[in-house]
Amino acid sequence: MKLSKLWLLVMAVVVAFSGVAFAGPTLDNVKAKGFVQVGVNGELFGFGKPDEKGVWRGLDVDTGRAIAAAVFGDADKIKFIPLTSVQRFTGLQSGEVDVLCRNATQTLGRDTELGLDFAQVNYYDGQGFLVPKKNKKIKRAKDLNGATVCVLPGTTTELNVADYFRENKMKMKPVVIESNAELAKAFFAGRCDVLTSDASQLAGTRAVAPKPDDYIILPDIISKEPLAPAVRHGDNQWKDIVNYAVLAMIEAEELGITSKNIDEQLKSTIPKVQRFLGVTPGNGKALGLDEKWAYNIVKQVGNYGEIFERSVGKDTPLKLERGLNALWKNGGLMYSPPFR
Amino acid sequence: MPFGKTAVSCIPRLSDKRHRWPCSFSSIADGNGEWSPLPSAVFMSSHDGSQACNDLSLNSDQRKMKKGDPVISTEHTAQRAAWFNDPKIRAILYQIAVLGIVGLLGYYLFNNTVENLKRQSIATGFGFLNKEASFEVGESLIPYSAADPYIRALLVGALNTIKVAFVGIVLTIILGTFLGIARLSKNWLVSKLAAVYIEVMQDIPILLQLFFWYSFFYDILPSPAEALEPLNGVFMSNRGLVFAVPEWHPAYPYMAMAFIAGCIAVYFMRRWARKRQEKTGQIFPVFTLSLAIMIGLPLTTWLLAGAPLNMSVPELEGFNFKGGLNMSPEFAALLIGLVLYTAAFVAEIVRAGIQAIGKGQVEAAMAIGLKPGQVLSLVILPQALRVIIPPLTSQMLNLTKNSSLAVAIGFPDFVSVASTTINQTGQAIEGISLIMVVYLCFSLLTSLFMNWYNKKMALVER
Repeated sequence: MKLSKLWLLVMAVVVAFSGVAFAGPTLDNVKAKGFVQVGVNGELFGFGKPDEKGVWRGLDVDTGRAIAAAVFGDADKIKFIPLTSVQRFTGLQSGEVDVLCRNATQTLGRDTELGLDFAQVNYYDGQGFLVPKKNKKIKRAKDLNGATVCVLPGTTTELNVADYFRENKMKMKPVVIESNAELAKAFFAGRCDVLTSDASQLAGTRAVAPKPDDYIILPDIISKEPLAPAVRHGDNQWKDIVNYAVLAMIEAEELGITSKNIDEQLKSTIPKVQRFLGVTPGNGKALGLDEKWAYNIVKQVGNYGEIFERSVGKDTPLKLERGLNALWKNGGLMYSPPFR
Repeated sequence: MPFGKTAVSCIPRLSDKRHRWPCSFSSIADGNGEWSPLPSAVFMSSHDGSQACNDLSLNSDQRKMKKGDPVISTEHTAQRAAWFNDPKIRAILYQIAVLGIVGLLGYYLFNNTVENLKRQSIATGFGFLNKEASFEVGESLIPYSAADPYIRALLVGALNTIKVAFVGIVLTIILGTFLGIARLSKNWLVSKLAAVYIEVMQDIPILLQLFFWYSFFYDILPSPAEALEPLNGVFMSNRGLVFAVPEWHPAYPYMAMAFIAGCIAVYFMRRWARKRQEKTGQIFPVFTLSLAIMIGLPLTTWLLAGAPLNMSVPELEGFNFKGGLNMSPEFAALLIGLVLYTAAFVAEIVRAGIQAIGKGQVEAAMAIGLKPGQVLSLVILPQALRVIIPPLTSQMLNLTKNSSLAVAIGFPDFVSVASTTINQTGQAIEGISLIMVVYLCFSLLTSLFMNWYNKKMALVER
């Protein structure tokens, strides 16, 4: 869109002019502002989208709130900035947002050439295909030869799907629209035979379809998509804070601490729990935060299991299983280093 | 005009007390054309002032000094002329200073950008252009696959922009001219319909129109399996418009050559016919004969080659149609949107151009016995075009630039491909500069051509 072109230009100008904006630690900057600016999706149900009352909901949104709770002790000292897939990294690079919680896949190229740093993964995903049920010819991804494929521009999925079709000597015709909502609209109207994206995103898109039951996600998962919050390269302290904000939610789940029972847990005699909740000080000072930082995260936002279930879990329209995102003890990949 | 005012108001006052000022003014004015507006304003606006100045220039201090002490005065005047008060040198100095400041600012920006990118460890430079793009592009005029480098993907995008801009401009001019003439029609209904069209189309933002046409394609038209077939071999579905095209045959290049040969023959025939008419006054049936040559030659070639008639008819195969020519909904929506929108502006330009010609011209042309067609082609159009071309150029540029709205509806134009490239490589500054350079080239080339055409059409004074 013209607007986003203009926006990119503005970003480029900002990069050109700003002399010291990125030199100082992000934490001081954030504290001076009084709120954390978080880049989110804005159009993705379950990850980052305002509900009908205008309250932001989703896994990425809650990750952002956890960072605000860690820094300010108040999960509401936060400003969400919706960014499209094309705008997101430029938005982070130019300082428009302090942290990007926008279902972005961690890749080597983004970590190095784009000047980003990825924190702990908050959702392990993989790319899938959403197809209309009425097209009975499609049972597996291999049946998609010659299909018209709806895909978001500037994503890893755009590259993966091209790779997959090339690998299997199949032909495809991409339809590339920047706006998530416009792309979904085109797909539901039948402009494409298949919509491809991260499986979680497909579940979120299907949930807002006119008739969600008319669509199925194919069983094939063709890629690894570790979705992680990202910060600018070079500010290690800020990266540590973002990293441990996510890890604290995972650790809390492992320790059995929830937003409901946390005040009782304060009286716990287990050293691990005492250290985690700041009853025994040390962790907060090490990160440059208040000793109550982890307490504030869990108290105000919840542990990882809680935010997963309320954003994308079984009782939500997305109905996603924990799968890879279960704790390591339960056969998943969520694993936190010791908090000491 | 502030200059004239100050000059006028100060001349009489100065003439009373300080003689040197107005005289140095007038002497500079006499010596240099650049300053002439000042004294000419003085001369024109105040008779007294001019007299005072003339008198003063005769009895100036300078001349007295020259007589009294020539050495000092020459030194004095030489100094002033060579350095500070010589307007030419001063102008150059100012220009150098401004250029220097702009240059320094540019250097600072460039340096700062590179420094910032380095600090954030973001890759810089155009090296990414040769890396594998590894994304597909929806439609392309040249063969392209995900294994090709970014530069080829960008070329595909640029060609798509040229395609939509070129076809769009041709259709816009045809439709716009038609509407402009309809707007002037004596038929009440035709003229009012054209007026309503122009007003409505001009007032709706182009982006909304594009969304409308795009959703028209995918919402209203059925899936390929249930495609509409309004004509034999033409299919309309939400995958676009597919129609049968003649299958490739070796005779076609020869037909194209025959057509070009026909065009050349027509060109020389017209020159000969004009010369003959100037000499003898006889009119040669140029138009009919031109048409016959331009159609007849390729047709004869086609017949000589055995009249190949094989058509590539689109057939439903798997998900989509195979064979034939496919016009995607994105391209169609973009083209229709741009043409309908811009044609409304062109119509107004054409109307203005025609109305700019005095009624007397037409009456005179008819009085000397020209046919209506000749009145149009020999009297009205050559004059109207002079008024029409410059604003038409800007509308053509508008259409080309508006084609970048393709991003919104998923047509892979240059901006769309470039912004994907920016995102995959993370090199926004390089990408944005490429976009700017490419659009600048498109616009300059269009302007260059139109300016050449404008010069050709301009009034030649004898």
